[in-house]
Amino acid sequence: MTKTRSILPRKLKDLAIRLFSGAAVMIAVGMMLWIIFTVVHYGYKAMSVSFFTNPSRPYGIANGGIANALLGTVFITLGAAIIAVPPAICAGIYLSEYKDHKKLVNILRFSANVMMGLPSVLVGLFTYIIIVIPSGNFSGFSASIALGIIMFPVIMRTTEDMLAMVPYALRESALALGMTRTRTTLRIVCLSAKKGLITGVLLSLSRVSGETAPLLFTAMFADSWPFDFFSSPTANMPVLITEYATNSPFAAMHQAGWGAALVVTALVLIVNLSTRIIFREKKHGH
Amino acid sequence: MAIKIEARNINFFYGAHQALFDNDLQIAEKMITAVIGPSGCGKSTHLRIYNRIFELYREQRVEGELLIDGQNILSPNVDVLELRRKVGMIFQRPTPFPMSVFDNVAYPLKLHFKLSKNETAERVEQALRGASIWDEVKDKLKSSGLALSGGQQQRLCIARAIAAEPEVLLMDEPTSAIDPVATLKIEELMEELKKKFTVMIVTHNMQQAARISDFTAFFFEGKIIEFGETQQIFTNPRNPKTEEYITGRFG
Repeated sequence: MTKTRSILPRKLKDLAIRLFSGAAVMIAVGMMLWIIFTVVHYGYKAMSVSFFTNPSRPYGIANGGIANALLGTVFITLGAAIIAVPPAICAGIYLSEYKDHKKLVNILRFSANVMMGLPSVLVGLFTYIIIVIPSGNFSGFSASIALGIIMFPVIMRTTEDMLAMVPYALRESALALGMTRTRTTLRIVCLSAKKGLITGVLLSLSRVSGETAPLLFTAMFADSWPFDFFSSPTANMPVLITEYATNSPFAAMHQAGWGAALVVTALVLIVNLSTRIIFREKKHGH
Repeated sequence: MAIKIEARNINFFYGAHQALFDNDLQIAEKMITAVIGPSGCGKSTHLRIYNRIFELYREQRVEGELLIDGQNILSPNVDVLELRRKVGMIFQRPTPFPMSVFDNVAYPLKLHFKLSKNETAERVEQALRGASIWDEVKDKLKSSGLALSGGQQQRLCIARAIAAEPEVLLMDEPTSAIDPVATLKIEELMEELKKKFTVMIVTHNMQQAARISDFTAFFFEGKIIEFGETQQIFTNPRNPKTEEYITGRFG
């Protein structure tokens, strides 16, 4: 009979790998929990009704809140979404559905990848030069453009990936019923990938809503309400946090900065969790 | 017996690679014609010419003539949208759209016809009955088509295809992804379908071809080796290659 090899070394190897990957997961999760704990620990004391209803106040004046910055961030992010989402989804559709033009598609995909790797501070500078300087003022709108530029390649690539997951047979059966290529793409393929597309948009929104560097060059900051969105510096959360954390001698402002950080973290968590719930529904639906 | 479709001298290319050679075939009206042959012999490729679905892929190209009711449907003058209403197709895997059972069948109706709401509902029921699935889905018309079983999904796709009132139905291995019981239902359904439609079915399953078809074409390496009445092909094949295949010696 053939001599068998000892089983023990294989079992040990298996155990070692399992322990190692388990530890790696613990570290990743632990870091996240640690960050959340720190933010909550320092931030919760800032929570009060007036914190959410009052606008920010200049250095040294009491009872400042974050309401204007919260609203400003919502405006800026929504503006970015309006600017970037429709063309980015169209571009993703082009990459995925019109494979006839292989060379062009490859160039587009490559430049999207390059754009995704650009440091966001460069996008901020770029927007500063092409929008802020010519228009003569900082504005929330220019911040929307900067964030839109950052979102565009991300949404374009997720759209492409999501559409690529739709089986070819579905496209063929739509065409085989006598639908045009456009109708097939918009009504059947995009409908199939709808949840993936929404997820891509939400995740990129939650990603850019915390971007700070581009906003320093575009939205700047103001203690006023963000209603002069197109023509004036606009309050927003990331710059508020940066300013309060680094540029202020007052303990109350440090406190408010942590509070704002807690709010941003909570919002990002909410968006991420709701995205997960959408995905879970998808599995049940099938 | 009338001839519905006639393929004349069809050659087909994937880029530089030729996949079909001089295919000539005559398809009888309101009969079932089975297309059999080993994997890669070109039987699906051949079927995919009949509704020009291959045109989705730029590198694929056809030469020859394909006459449906005497009209060459490969001519650039033929409107491919109208052609595909007349020539429906069922695919290997069921492909319900991500919408309700009702909307799946209503979609081609709304696409091709001007119908009132009531008429649409009537036609949807007709099509679902025609695909022998009405009794199973009549209480869940509003639930997702994707929630049905594989066999039901395939019959839903058949209902969707016949809702467009086609004259020809192309079936590309319609039961290969489906369990035996559901396969039997679809085979029984095909007996009904041939009363109204000219049916072509590509199948891997020789018993299936023998059971359900009136005519059989045997493909090998892109050529039609033998074509005739199913009875004759399976009991008394003229070509030794056909005999080798149907007796299971290769393929």
